Amino acid sequence: MIVASVGNVLVWAVWMGAAFACLGSAVAVVSFSNPFFSALALIGNLGSLAVLYLLLSSEFVAAAQVLVYAGAVMVMFLFVIAYVGPRTESPWTGGPSWQAIGGVLAAGALLVEIVVVIGLKAGGDLAHSHDVGGAFGTPSYIGRLFLTDHLLAFEITSIVLLVAAIGGVILGAHSRTVQGDEVPPL
Amino acid sequence: MMGPGTAWYLSVAGFLFGVGTLGVLIRRNPLVVLLSLEIMLNGANLALIAFARHLNDGDGQIFALAVMAVAASEVVVGLGLIVALNRKRVPLDVDRLNSLRG
Repeated sequence: MIVASVGNVLVWAVWMGAAFACLGSAVAVVSFSNPFFSALALIGNLGSLAVLYLLLSSEFVAAAQVLVYAGAVMVMFLFVIAYVGPRTESPWTGGPSWQAIGGVLAAGALLVEIVVVIGLKAGGDLAHSHDVGGAFGTPSYIGRLFLTDHLLAFEITSIVLLVAAIGGVILGAHSRTVQGDEVPPL
Repeated sequence: MMGPGTAWYLSVAGFLFGVGTLGVLIRRNPLVVLLSLEIMLNGANLALIAFARHLNDGDGQIFALAVMAVAASEVVVGLGLIVALNRKRVPLDVDRLNSLRG
């Protein structure tokens, strides 16, 4: 009993740290004026999300999150930001424009909507979560699901990635062959 | 389940989605818009994984992995477009990219 309650407190503590790091870094991504710092804050956001995934016993998704997002995608982001050059933009200076006010109102309305729905449902079905076995979320569990129930989704994902790779190559090669001063159509 | 219940995770997911929406709506640099879009996708992913844990059903995790693959593809194409725009000396400002004439 004592061990269980100590474990519970520990999980709560880890959850608190990860959740507040996650929310703080998300706010930092939106509010930093330098996109390089925004990308660095997003790496922190993805890392703390991986901790939350681990608490939800999704080990494979947490590993994929760190490898794919925080590794590959963010390195690409940082390369492109370094290539494009530093362009600082201060989103909060110069007085609030009608666009900023509308954006804040729309995002706030969406947030209130989500919180109200969760609050209405929190006491009912959401309070009783099922117990999971030790195999839940392990690579073999995910692999079995991918190769049996979700084989079509797995194959379509590979086609989507192939098409994206071809699209990236075409976008890069097309703008390199352009010569002269006239600005061609994009 | 030890620790916080599913509603807490869903609240974090909703907050992430809201912050991402705010970033997409108010930022003008397309790079930061893409970063905010990643935050929105991650909020949706967190909700999917919380429900997968809640219902003891692995389909949510499969869906989250598919969302990750689609996000990676979207970043490839989006960053390719940004690099192409930069090569043509088009200003990187989504308020000024308002015509498809190039």
